[in-house]
Amino acid sequence: MVVTAPPPRLQQQLDAGWRPRLESLLAAGRAAGADLVEVFLERTDHLGVLAEQDGITSVSPAFSTGCGLRLFRGLRDGFVSTNDLSEGGLMAALEQALGMLGLELSPRAASGFEGLPALRDHGGGKGDWLLHCPDLGEATAKLLEGTRHLERLGRHLQVRRGSYARDWQEVLVAASDGTFARDVRLHQSLGLSVLAADGDHRSSIGRRYGSSDRPDQLRHWDAEASAREVCQSAGTMLYADYVQAGQMPAVLANRFGGVIFHEACGHLLETTQVERGTTPFADKVGEPIAHPAVTAIDEGLSDGAFGSLSMDDEGMEAQRTVLIENGVLQRFLSDRAGELRTGHARTGSGRRQSHNFAAASRMRNTFIAAGPHSPDELIRSVDRGLYCKSMGGGSVGPTGQFNFAVEEGYLIENGALTKPVKGATLIGEAKEVMPRISMCANDLDLAAGFCGSVSGSINVTVGQPHIKVDAITVGGR
Amino acid sequence: MTSAPAAAAGSGSAAGAAGLDAPALRERLAELASRHGIERWDLGASCSTDTSVQVDRGEPKQMKGAQRSAITVRVWNGSGLVGVTSTSDLSPAGLETALMGAQAASAFGNPEDAPAFSPLASAPLPQLEQPLRPARPILQLLASLQDAERQLLERHGAISTVPYNGLAQRRSERLYLNSAGACRQQRLSTASLYLYARAEEAGRKPRSAGAVRLAYGVDDLDVAGCIAEAAARTISHLDYAPIDTGRYTCVFTPEAFLDLVGAFSSLFNARAVLDGVSLSGRDAIGQALAVPFLSIHDNGLHPGNIGAATFDGEGTPTGRLALMDGGVLRHFLHSEATARAFGVEPTGHAGMGAKVSVSPDWFEVGPTPGSGGGQQGLDHRAADQSSGAGLVVIDSLSALHAGVKASQGSFSLPFDGWLVRAGEARSVEAATVAGDIRQVLNAIVGFEGEPEVTPDGLCPYVWVEGLTITGDA
Repeated sequence: MVVTAPPPRLQQQLDAGWRPRLESLLAAGRAAGADLVEVFLERTDHLGVLAEQDGITSVSPAFSTGCGLRLFRGLRDGFVSTNDLSEGGLMAALEQALGMLGLELSPRAASGFEGLPALRDHGGGKGDWLLHCPDLGEATAKLLEGTRHLERLGRHLQVRRGSYARDWQEVLVAASDGTFARDVRLHQSLGLSVLAADGDHRSSIGRRYGSSDRPDQLRHWDAEASAREVCQSAGTMLYADYVQAGQMPAVLANRFGGVIFHEACGHLLETTQVERGTTPFADKVGEPIAHPAVTAIDEGLSDGAFGSLSMDDEGMEAQRTVLIENGVLQRFLSDRAGELRTGHARTGSGRRQSHNFAAASRMRNTFIAAGPHSPDELIRSVDRGLYCKSMGGGSVGPTGQFNFAVEEGYLIENGALTKPVKGATLIGEAKEVMPRISMCANDLDLAAGFCGSVSGSINVTVGQPHIKVDAITVGGR
Repeated sequence: MTSAPAAAAGSGSAAGAAGLDAPALRERLAELASRHGIERWDLGASCSTDTSVQVDRGEPKQMKGAQRSAITVRVWNGSGLVGVTSTSDLSPAGLETALMGAQAASAFGNPEDAPAFSPLASAPLPQLEQPLRPARPILQLLASLQDAERQLLERHGAISTVPYNGLAQRRSERLYLNSAGACRQQRLSTASLYLYARAEEAGRKPRSAGAVRLAYGVDDLDVAGCIAEAAARTISHLDYAPIDTGRYTCVFTPEAFLDLVGAFSSLFNARAVLDGVSLSGRDAIGQALAVPFLSIHDNGLHPGNIGAATFDGEGTPTGRLALMDGGVLRHFLHSEATARAFGVEPTGHAGMGAKVSVSPDWFEVGPTPGSGGGQQGLDHRAADQSSGAGLVVIDSLSALHAGVKASQGSFSLPFDGWLVRAGEARSVEAATVAGDIRQVLNAIVGFEGEPEVTPDGLCPYVWVEGLTITGDA
């Protein structure tokens, strides 16, 4: 194995040393007439590795710096992003953002800005995380261990892949309301996938695992267990028939089954949707919107979970937010703009992919809480329906119509799982499906994923116990 | 009032107000490479300035500006292995860091599939008519979008909001250089407008639809056409009904069929073929994949392709390539490495990386000349052609990222569309269409009308029989 020294990285740290420059920017923005000025600085260091069959086929490091600068005046806001962190570059960004609000620099005007307080540093103790992550040699060796397990455990495998991504991010947030906070984030994800083929039969199965703030995640990854899970699913689905389409009850497994709540309801509980008028739940706080069996939570606190945060991208500490309790809507996820425009208090949910996006209210770790039943009870309660063991991606449209794909499904006949089926897509509307989630099991578990929306692609966790939906439209052949 | 700014540059940056400085970049890279004992390298760089606005019921919702720069450096080490690193930092220090990162990564280069310089990286480039339009002040964009939103809201009493809208303009520049002397550079201005309206009638479900327009500058955008199309599509979905699950003859709009072809473009992708994830095998060229009157070309240079690139990530010129003609597979899309593996020339569809990706540019779909496939007089609006179970018009497909299994050939996708019976069209409530791309390509009945230019390509309406529709009825 060849092991090299890690490549050199960006030198300019984001810390309290930025205070004078940031205070100048914030004061200039306020003096020009902005109600609030917010600066988001970031430094990133990314590594992506791909293993195919028994070789490493791609190593792709990337690093960047940038600034997102946002100004509010009344309910309006202007946002400018730039890679140029020089004093001139930042001032040019400020001038551009001011122009969006019909303002211009007024060097002699009083700002009323009293300066930044002491830095709230959530990044303390995280400074050496990158050094504790696996180096390229260790990362590539671990991935190749995974693809070797696939070869050993799988049958009819035409393609075997392992992938690893490590994203390190340092952020500094300053705002004229006194926000001054820093954090260091580390997200790692790794996965195995296969394409199995036998004559005209094909199946493609993948599993991805993600964590936050755990430099040694890859070292503790049980590659053999992951490979076994992937190979079992690929083998089962290789000869599966296409699902017969129609309306039917469905039991959705735990972990990534939580994508149903994420798509069907979670997005509709973000204040960005309230602002747009695209959620049917805007005026439903305190009212039942789901079956009484459903309690749903979004939080950023679970240790090591992919969607956890020490602070959001607006400098606010993460919270545990109960969205729905026993079917009754409790509150929305809100960011700074959401609070301003809808009145829903911020929940530490202001998130963005990078400095190129203004923060928006987004989910973190979102799940349906455990219920009293065993998973078997749910399956036994169905005469004929669909069991969704593993879910693919999904989406929700501007009228609340959601959809998601079933990667691994089984028919339920007379209360028992029978044959595997493929090609199912579940569709529906949030208002209709939430009251139909009638049973929740006692096996809550979470799964890592990525969510793309107005402020870019972010790390999230979805989750649930096994749940039963009394009726849902299953698209198929 | 302010105008869209030029790219601001840090001290010593290779991206400045005038754009990317190719000679300076080459000089710096050559000097840095020499200092670190690197003889063979190439790089791709880009920078852009963007401004955009969104509105909400007459009020500005968000106004955005962005200056972006990016560079990807590749290095060949003494063993001929390739490493790559990307950065947004075009300063001398950033370039050196990227070069060192690429050198470190090259130790993990793939000896089985090492890319090389494209043999066409210095070949003549096609000439395109791409006028560079001036950027308009952002407050002018705002006023234009507010006016467009107002007009759309006035089109029908049921249209209450336009929740997704945007007017944007971009000035961009891209560059390719290599240590063998190749130098490619292209500047471009583009503008886009999208309007997605939401309409709701009392006691009925909300419905949504929209339209998009692209142009080289804001002044060139067909704003009136975008408003009219968004309104017409939205209104056409107000009267909806569930559809019975069953098999139907489907009529894909140009946009919908191009989306489907794009989702299964691994059929034509040499990288996917070599990786074993394409439905096509290495020996598939010359095989019949579709009805004998179907042609599919990739043509990034079509005048309708706003934002066309004259060269790919490896500096290879783009061009028009026959992928399928007479239903027979004719060519694959190639990078330098895949072309070498197949013993052909690169086709101008490469990205840039240690493992170079391959992707299509812009499809042209239609009848093979002389095949008669486009001359059957098909018209989904004609009463006599939509009798019986009727026709399902697939207007737009959703969730392609989730509902398409490209390596298996299958799809199951939500769609917006209409059921047409005896010439009468009624919007379909929530439904999915499912099938297999090989089945679709061999079940094409014919084409309706002349090919239409869309943002993703050129295509007529396409009739396909025997697809499964799942509805709520």
